[in-house]
Amino acid sequence: MPDESPRITVDEVSKVATLARLILTDEELSTATAELSAMLDHFADIDGLDLEGIEPMMQPTPLANVMRDDVVGVTLNREEVLSQAPLAEDGRFRVPPIVGIEE
Amino acid sequence: MSITYVNDDAFHPSNDDYERWSKDGWEMVVGLEVHVELATKTKLFSASPNRFGDEPNTNIDPVTLGLPGALPVLNRQAVELAMRLGLALNCTVQKSTFARKNYFYPDMPKAYQISQYDEPINIDGWLDLPDGFRVGIERGHLEEDTGKSTHVGGAGGRIHGSDYSLIDFNRAGVPLVEIVSRPDIRHPEQAKGYINELREILVAVGASDAKMEEGSMRVDANVSVRKPGENFNTRCEIKNVNSVRSLGRAIEYEARRQIALHEADEPVVQQTRHWDENDGRTHTLRSKEDADDYRYFLEPDLVVVDPGIEWIERVRDALPVLPAERRAILADAAGQAANSEAVMVVAERGQDNYVMDVAKLGGDAGVALKHVKEAPELAEQVPVESVATLSKMELSGVITASQAKTIVAVMIESQNVDPEVIAADLGFEAMDNSDLEAMVDQAIAGQPEAWEKFCAGEGKAMGALVGAVMKASKGQADGKAVTALIQTKKPS
Amino acid sequence: MNNNRTSAVDIAQNVRNNVKTAADFIEEHLARIAEHDGEIHAFNLVLAKEARARAAEIDEMVAAGRDPGPLAGVPVALKDNMCTQGIPTTCSSNILADWRPPYDATVVTRLREAGAIFVGKTNLDEFAMGSSTENSAFGPTKNPLDTTRVPGGSSGGSAAAVAADFAPISFGSDTGGSIRQPAALCGVVGVKPTYGAVSRLGLIAFGSSLDQIGPFAHTVADAAVGLQTISGHDPGDSTSIQEGPLDLSRKLELGVAGLRIGRITDLPAGASPDVEQRTEEAFDALRAAGAEIVDVKVPAFSYGLTAYYLIAPAEASSNLARFDGVRFGMRTASTDTNHMYMATRTEGFGDEVKRRIMLGTYALSAGYYDAYYGRAQKVRRLIANDFSAAYEKADVLLTPASPTVAFEMGDKASDPLTMYLCDTYTIPSNLTGHPGMSVPFGTGDHGLPVGVQVLAPALKDDVMFQVGAALERSAPQRSTGSGEGGAS
Repeated sequence: MPDESPRITVDEVSKVATLARLILTDEELSTATAELSAMLDHFADIDGLDLEGIEPMMQPTPLANVMRDDVVGVTLNREEVLSQAPLAEDGRFRVPPIVGIEE
Repeated sequence: MSITYVNDDAFHPSNDDYERWSKDGWEMVVGLEVHVELATKTKLFSASPNRFGDEPNTNIDPVTLGLPGALPVLNRQAVELAMRLGLALNCTVQKSTFARKNYFYPDMPKAYQISQYDEPINIDGWLDLPDGFRVGIERGHLEEDTGKSTHVGGAGGRIHGSDYSLIDFNRAGVPLVEIVSRPDIRHPEQAKGYINELREILVAVGASDAKMEEGSMRVDANVSVRKPGENFNTRCEIKNVNSVRSLGRAIEYEARRQIALHEADEPVVQQTRHWDENDGRTHTLRSKEDADDYRYFLEPDLVVVDPGIEWIERVRDALPVLPAERRAILADAAGQAANSEAVMVVAERGQDNYVMDVAKLGGDAGVALKHVKEAPELAEQVPVESVATLSKMELSGVITASQAKTIVAVMIESQNVDPEVIAADLGFEAMDNSDLEAMVDQAIAGQPEAWEKFCAGEGKAMGALVGAVMKASKGQADGKAVTALIQTKKPS
Repeated sequence: MNNNRTSAVDIAQNVRNNVKTAADFIEEHLARIAEHDGEIHAFNLVLAKEARARAAEIDEMVAAGRDPGPLAGVPVALKDNMCTQGIPTTCSSNILADWRPPYDATVVTRLREAGAIFVGKTNLDEFAMGSSTENSAFGPTKNPLDTTRVPGGSSGGSAAAVAADFAPISFGSDTGGSIRQPAALCGVVGVKPTYGAVSRLGLIAFGSSLDQIGPFAHTVADAAVGLQTISGHDPGDSTSIQEGPLDLSRKLELGVAGLRIGRITDLPAGASPDVEQRTEEAFDALRAAGAEIVDVKVPAFSYGLTAYYLIAPAEASSNLARFDGVRFGMRTASTDTNHMYMATRTEGFGDEVKRRIMLGTYALSAGYYDAYYGRAQKVRRLIANDFSAAYEKADVLLTPASPTVAFEMGDKASDPLTMYLCDTYTIPSNLTGHPGMSVPFGTGDHGLPVGVQVLAPALKDDVMFQVGAALERSAPQRSTGSGEGGAS
């Protein structure tokens, strides 16, 4: 419906992409906004449902109190693990400077 | 996330009776968030060892590293310890669930932390400081610790200006309990007292060794200021406080900083600030507004934890006598206040049992307490019988206080632990009261100016008179008895 | 196609009884793979060397008088989202292109201990997101019955592997229908068990509250053995059932006399006429075999798609955040960590994966949780309540598995929403945690197979198999690629 405001704006999609650590070009942003908007339009069928008093169902399982004893188990071999690491040094995982997150 | 308190004045009415810090009509409002590493053998969600100081990345498994396909399994002992500390803090232990807190950081292997959000295991408790001031505890919840990053190339190992960072995941997955207090604290000393008492409780119940300097207890302070009785203002979170002393300094600095802003009609920006011990100030780290949206949702890989009344009561019954009660028992026996220095020091050392044992043998708890405080080794090295006997000797005046002190030193340093034998060896004899009176008369006669001043009301002049008697008696006179005698000679 | 295929049950029997060696069986299957997989592309990785070595071990065990287990010598294909220690596990994504897990999935361990021989890791829609296997970063898989068409998805490779007789049993994962739909499109049996019946430890997660591993096979009996072997409590998966392995073979011969088969009268429309016709015939066949057909309503059924496409991407957005270039997998070098995250994930993930991550992130984000994710979980409860009510009146329910027969490559690639509709009939049972299985039942348009779906209440997988076996016995013969049907 052309005169309805979109379900999701370019700005919101941009924020979402940042949260998800994805880079979108302007064109991709446009496309993603249109796609997500169309999907959310489709998903609006649940908007009208009366969900008063309905408890959310987060899991299908009725289980409770699944725990394990405090006993040491097998650990992984560091060399095997680090051999799969993109970059390692000194027995540790190496990453570029951690800026742009805290500062 | 936390409940927004507008005004807390109704929490614990007697809190009003305590001293509040103030400056220029402003008071501080402080809440503390404490992260405590639990003393389990393994991690919260996997069976890797929970151990400090091992070679990097040797206590790892698929869950710790957040490898694809890995699944968490909850450590029962962590739940037990969380319950223990919750009950020790007067919390209600309730059914609880886990949630994912989603954010990206290199030491967060899954890019989400498993924590507790809507339904934490502990709620609505409190901690009473030794002087009786009550700090409310909003909640205590379980969560996993992150790995550790080391920054290479920057100044002082800081992130800023570093060339790269190295990540060690040994600590990732270690069980933590985050204890969130209500913003009830109104004085830096209360904050310090809270941390000290909390630490004692955690150690007493075996939940953690709670060492700030080692990182097994981490304290963040939420600080704001207000005019008393008014609503709360914007607060800042202070991080990187590594000792109790720093905590007091940081809180005071931050309160003053905010007061200056309010007074200058400038806004206090809600943000996280970093305490710098070296320059004694807090600095901006990041603005809370820019912080990630954590998108909390129920952790689908774990199920609800519902301890049930039986387990809860079992844990409660097994709790040891807590520090406050130990102090109360000791104080009562020794005839002192529960927050007197001697009681606090001796109880904190865990030597209260020793003093109580002395009392059980008929010794005097007050006297024993005094000596144990002054000479901690007494409780480690000397049998309770010896101290019991010593205290009886001192109380009845057979020996003086300073003579008793000497005997204590001897018992600690030598193999001889029989106070009566030591007293005899050292020639300590009870001074006859008539001998004493004679010495007092002689001292008065020999110090006419001092005597005149004393009779005129100068209490300090007593010192010269007592000193003369002590000299004449070669230190064997009982100072208290001398003082009493001099007083009786004063013309009324 | 091989009209003389040997079932898994028979292979195991032959090997255990020294009638034929595991080595021989493996060579036959490897030869077929070598001849045809170049075109089909069911596999990301064929494990010829490992398979031969394992076959030799199995044969040695038999020679030494030891029993290798119920799947002795059976060639098995594994969807490439299940961790196999030391062997690349890619999820058909560039971001995991060379990753070798340091551990085995529980399912992998159980299969190996039962004597199974892994012949390869199969292709899938990237990170299990899709219904056609066209979203694979390594190229699509073709439907062996018509190579211009898709095999379905996301477990298209595993479905095709069985359809092409590369292995008598394969395993896939089903989050919204990703086993049952490709099974229907490829004319094989595909099963999603009760949620928690099979351990998810080592399955690379997509939608944690929805995912389950299950078997593909030509026969219900083979699927039963495959599922039994991997099912049962795993202390390493906190959501796994408390009970031991499912006992599925017991009821296969019982037939359906006295059982109530539910017809969902308010089932969403959208199935093509040929599929509807075969489904109708399936009801007729069961009625003729002595079952009672009852009408039931599941009013909230049609909301399943919406609930699923808010819940699954939300969970996925969190599950896929660990692909950040720090500890494993692809990394795009960058000047700082934040850029490393962004560049790595942008380059490493395909379009559909990125689309779902963004949708899921949005559904969980501050201010939108209540309207989307929170609301969807309530709709989930509504759907579960409706199914519970239906199961008071019926023992199992019958629906089409897929709305259509296999569609042509590229047919639905332009509009994601069109693709999502493929899972209309399978999704609700992922939301509720109930088991479902697709059983081939005749052909539809273009002579392509149609699958009929049996749905059952939680932990009634054995009843579901009972009905599935009955359907298999009464299914119309297919002119292409059908072998012996049913257990005997």
